[in-house]
Amino acid sequence: MAEIVLDKVSKKFPDGTTAVRDVDLEIADGEFVILVGPSGCGKSTTLNMIAGLEDISSGELRIGGQRVNDKAPRDRDIAMVFQSYALYPNMTVRENMAFPLRLAKLDKETITQKVEEAAKVLELTPLLDRKPANLSGGQRQRVAMGRAIVRQPKAFLMDEPLSNLDAKLRVQMRTVVSRLQKQLGTTTVYVTHDQTEAMTLGDRVVIMRGGAVQQVGPPQELYDHPNNLFVAGFIGSPSMNFLTATVEDGTLRTALGDVPIGDRIRRELEGADAPRDLILGIRPEHFEDAELVDEESRRRGMEFTAPVDIVESMGSDKYVYLSVEGERATSAELEELAADAGAADFSGAGSNLVTRLSAESTVTEGEDRRVWFNLEKIHLFDPSDGRNLTLHEGRAAGALAD
Amino acid sequence: MSVNATPAGADVAADGTDTGGGRRAAVPTQRDNGRGKVPLSENKRAERRLGWLLCAPAAFVMLAVTAYPILYSVWLSLQRYDLRFPAEREFIGLQNYVTVLTNEFWWTAFGVTMLITVVTVAVELVLGMGLALIMHRTLVGRGIVRTSALIPYGIVTVVAAFSWRYAWTPGTGYLANLFSDGAPLTERASSLAIIMLAEIWKTTPFMALLLMAGLALVPEDLLKAASTDGATAWQRFTKVMLPVMKPAILVALLFRTLDAFRVFDNIYVLTSGANETSSVSMIAYNNLIRGLNLGIGSTMSVLIFITVAIIAFIFVKLFGTAAPGSDDGERR
Repeated sequence: MAEIVLDKVSKKFPDGTTAVRDVDLEIADGEFVILVGPSGCGKSTTLNMIAGLEDISSGELRIGGQRVNDKAPRDRDIAMVFQSYALYPNMTVRENMAFPLRLAKLDKETITQKVEEAAKVLELTPLLDRKPANLSGGQRQRVAMGRAIVRQPKAFLMDEPLSNLDAKLRVQMRTVVSRLQKQLGTTTVYVTHDQTEAMTLGDRVVIMRGGAVQQVGPPQELYDHPNNLFVAGFIGSPSMNFLTATVEDGTLRTALGDVPIGDRIRRELEGADAPRDLILGIRPEHFEDAELVDEESRRRGMEFTAPVDIVESMGSDKYVYLSVEGERATSAELEELAADAGAADFSGAGSNLVTRLSAESTVTEGEDRRVWFNLEKIHLFDPSDGRNLTLHEGRAAGALAD
Repeated sequence: MSVNATPAGADVAADGTDTGGGRRAAVPTQRDNGRGKVPLSENKRAERRLGWLLCAPAAFVMLAVTAYPILYSVWLSLQRYDLRFPAEREFIGLQNYVTVLTNEFWWTAFGVTMLITVVTVAVELVLGMGLALIMHRTLVGRGIVRTSALIPYGIVTVVAAFSWRYAWTPGTGYLANLFSDGAPLTERASSLAIIMLAEIWKTTPFMALLLMAGLALVPEDLLKAASTDGATAWQRFTKVMLPVMKPAILVALLFRTLDAFRVFDNIYVLTSGANETSSVSMIAYNNLIRGLNLGIGSTMSVLIFITVAIIAFIFVKLFGTAAPGSDDGERR
């Protein structure tokens, strides 16, 4: 068990591409940190550098206070779990789990005992003498975890360990991983492209884009106070709505009407080089059916009317898709997010707003509905660099803050 | 098939033989038949007929070019049949086999062939593996490396054999001048060594090619997992790579062993079998073509055929070599 420190770690490939750029990260002893980002953001490369499977081009990596840049993976005392599980097909489950211990030259009795302990924790005991080919995906995944934990390494590195499982099993295994990590208290770095996994599993989440860290923090903080457009769009499902907004006469002109702004934002926007065109971000749950809003909250927000496109009833609440006029917000970050979601070439019709309304709402498809949204929860982004303008000392305060 | 051990079983067995070549495609149909004992529908019968028609040409060609010669040489081997004395032709049963198997020349040749087979295949495996690893790991100039490694395999054996012979000819050959005072191709031990060298030089690239296909079967993640599990490079090779590659290695060994056992052209050119360097193929050729003794020559050919069959049987049954492409589900 140990802390892992990345000090300006970079990875440059021989062909000149920079996969990871100056990553600074301190992972405390026993912490569960998630690296998340779209494919090609450098998260796996970062993990491989921690494991020693990729050389570090520049910067320093310390595990347990010791510089390990030039150490072979076997000398770093870390265990890794792969997306493909990477079980040795010629060995039984028992042999697979015993492999790292046998290489460490432990005596037979200790090995048997440790393997059986780990098997018990992961409920693998009845499968110990099977070959990986005769196991289901979930069982293989557990064997891979078992092989990692038998050794009691300084840290676990997990490279999308749940991505090959089907959706239901993935949710189940998520809790297994989480419980296991808490039980063992081993420092864990976990790579995923799935923001739900990132939000639910980690103590802290590191969001990466194009080889650089965008924001580091506990999941809730990233959700509530995103540093920039990319983080805001990446975290949350359904994702945040983005609309174009123009600053005119001290208000924001948007497709939802004129949004008033507070003093602080106004000061921010008064600078000579301040942007005229902004991107307004609102999360789906910050909308509500105007009929259901009490007087108190009504004052904190504003209302608009829009035609209802589709209503998806989830039971606990309703996802309502509204059609609003106006241009779709564009920026490099948003395009990258769309590409990652596989929707780069598919924009649907018009600018659709996803809202999450109470289940009690009587909204029906086709009608024009009056909808309220919370002004304290909106974010304003600078389209040129994606910066969150509503953020003040790390906290987002909405558009009205003084 | 064993599921249908009921009266329907008889039908199924009949179906099984009857479908013959088209079996693979027809398996689901058969199962349906066996269970329900429903007479074949028009559609299925047409399908079966088509299956027969489709594989008939291939089956015919196989019969013509393999089954007929094999059976004919077995038939010849049971006769006293020397073209120099055609009048003495006579069916003598297994007499030829007794003659050959009690003859010391046969056993000398058999020993030489075995020696060449074992030594060359073993050396080729080691060198081929090394070459395969190099070709697999090469990052720059991959094409050049692979092409140059494969050149020996691309040269006609007889041509290569002649160049080896000239190289070892005293006076003019560069290798003979470098390494030897006498004439190495006139002594048994050195002749055998040169024959094996020529064989190894020629077929190592082929071995490497087969093994490289096997290397591609080893997932990169497996090697990464092994290195984080604490394996050294050597342990990764022996404990992870080799076991995963085992099917490919066995196939390569099988191919090469069968090939090596039939060694002919190098010996023919280098020594013509002088100084007891004949292989079994060589003496079979000498009896059959030079000696015109069809009976004895055929007997030797049949014996070679049987030995090769035994080798193949051992590989397939004992080592579990699978034909390339047939996946037993263990490999993933």
